[in-house]
Amino acid sequence: MNANKFEHTHSAHCESGVMSSMLKHYGLNLSEPMVFGLCNALTFAYLPFVKIGGMPLIAYRSLPKSIIKNIQKKLKVKMKLETFSSKEKGQNRLDELLEQGKIVGVQSSVYWLPYFPQEMRFHFNAHNLVVFAKEENEYLISDPVFENSVRCDKAALTKARFAKGIMAPKGLLYYPVDIPKNINLKPIIANSIKKTAKSMLKTPVPIAGLKGIKYLAKSILKLEKKDKRYAKLYLGHIVRMQEEIGTGGAGFRYIYASFLQESSVLFDDDEVLKESSKLMLEVGDKWREFALMIAKSIKSKNDINFKAISDKLLEVCEEESKVYKKMLEFKRSS
Amino acid sequence: MNINNVPQDNSSTYAKNKKAIYALDDDGKVKVVSSSGWNVEEAVTKQALNDLENSAREAYREVKNGNKSPLYYYMFALRMDLQLLAESTGFFKWTIKQDFKPENFAKISDKRLNVYADAMGKTIGDLKVLEDVENECK
Repeated sequence: MNANKFEHTHSAHCESGVMSSMLKHYGLNLSEPMVFGLCNALTFAYLPFVKIGGMPLIAYRSLPKSIIKNIQKKLKVKMKLETFSSKEKGQNRLDELLEQGKIVGVQSSVYWLPYFPQEMRFHFNAHNLVVFAKEENEYLISDPVFENSVRCDKAALTKARFAKGIMAPKGLLYYPVDIPKNINLKPIIANSIKKTAKSMLKTPVPIAGLKGIKYLAKSILKLEKKDKRYAKLYLGHIVRMQEEIGTGGAGFRYIYASFLQESSVLFDDDEVLKESSKLMLEVGDKWREFALMIAKSIKSKNDINFKAISDKLLEVCEEESKVYKKMLEFKRSS
Repeated sequence: MNINNVPQDNSSTYAKNKKAIYALDDDGKVKVVSSSGWNVEEAVTKQALNDLENSAREAYREVKNGNKSPLYYYMFALRMDLQLLAESTGFFKWTIKQDFKPENFAKISDKRLNVYADAMGKTIGDLKVLEDVENECK
């Protein structure tokens, strides 16, 4: 449990990346995709009534903090989560934990982290990172979406931890206090795969799962009547949510394909899971074709063909349904 | 996507950083590859950045012309909107709008100004004057 021996890993997504490297540090070796898949983090949701920076919420993964919550439920890992009423208390507690030799998960706003380049600094409050040591007035940070570990001034991290607004972190710190030995992953994986497939195919509300994708496709058609600048920003926003926000490509579909592949190996090269992984990669490629189509129409001076973009999304949706149906065919052998 | 097809477009919006992308290697294994950027992603990030910069530039003009207080410009310069500024300060939106008027802003208490300064990572002194950005490519 020596903080100096902490190993930074470059990950696609902050929350699954933090959880994976934190568990690895304490002896439980789970890859980022395994954490992501086990925690049912893959999803789709389109919430037109929740606005962030004037744009509707479009999510390709479960709510922030759901991985921290689900990892406890699924693996019986015990995590301690602490939030604070003041900056001083929050900063002192982090220092205290570091002095005890712990590595600590931190929720923060991206905007106030100085090691992020200007081009990536947006007001997003649910960014996760690991603080693994302190040197004088600086924290040593393993930010999973960066290639190497970084340093951050103490005051700046505190500012980022106590940013306000939607999903305000309130100084959140978290760390494992008990990790069970000899976890049998197989039944948990089987269960997670079934649950993800079902929720994508059968969620009764129109805003989530495949229905949510169709709903978004419909909203794209409505852009025809909207102001052109808004329409372009809206389309760009969809792609940003899909690609920009640490997704491992194609709105987490590629990470999930990796999880399915890793699972197929655990289940003695299970054919259904292998095929599902392959299909999921193809779905990812479809999402990227969709993104490319949008990028072209944003740059183009010509009128945007909203129908074509909407149809492309419905095509993606059709492909997605095939993967989830395949996943439901999976029967646990042992 | 095959690892050889993972875009390496050196996107300016990555500012020389790399992101982890999952892709299929030649042995059929999905693994992490570092990507230096993708033109598609760069286009939409730039679009969002340009929109923010335009808002800040417009706000800057408004303040210069004496229609708005510096607070109005700093909100946009910090990539915030009224919603976020209200949440960050705990002030009602309509009271913040009052502070956008130069004549009201001039009379604002230091206590209230301090809350703005704290939320915006600035000093009271910073907030009172419009910064000079003519030489910057804002």
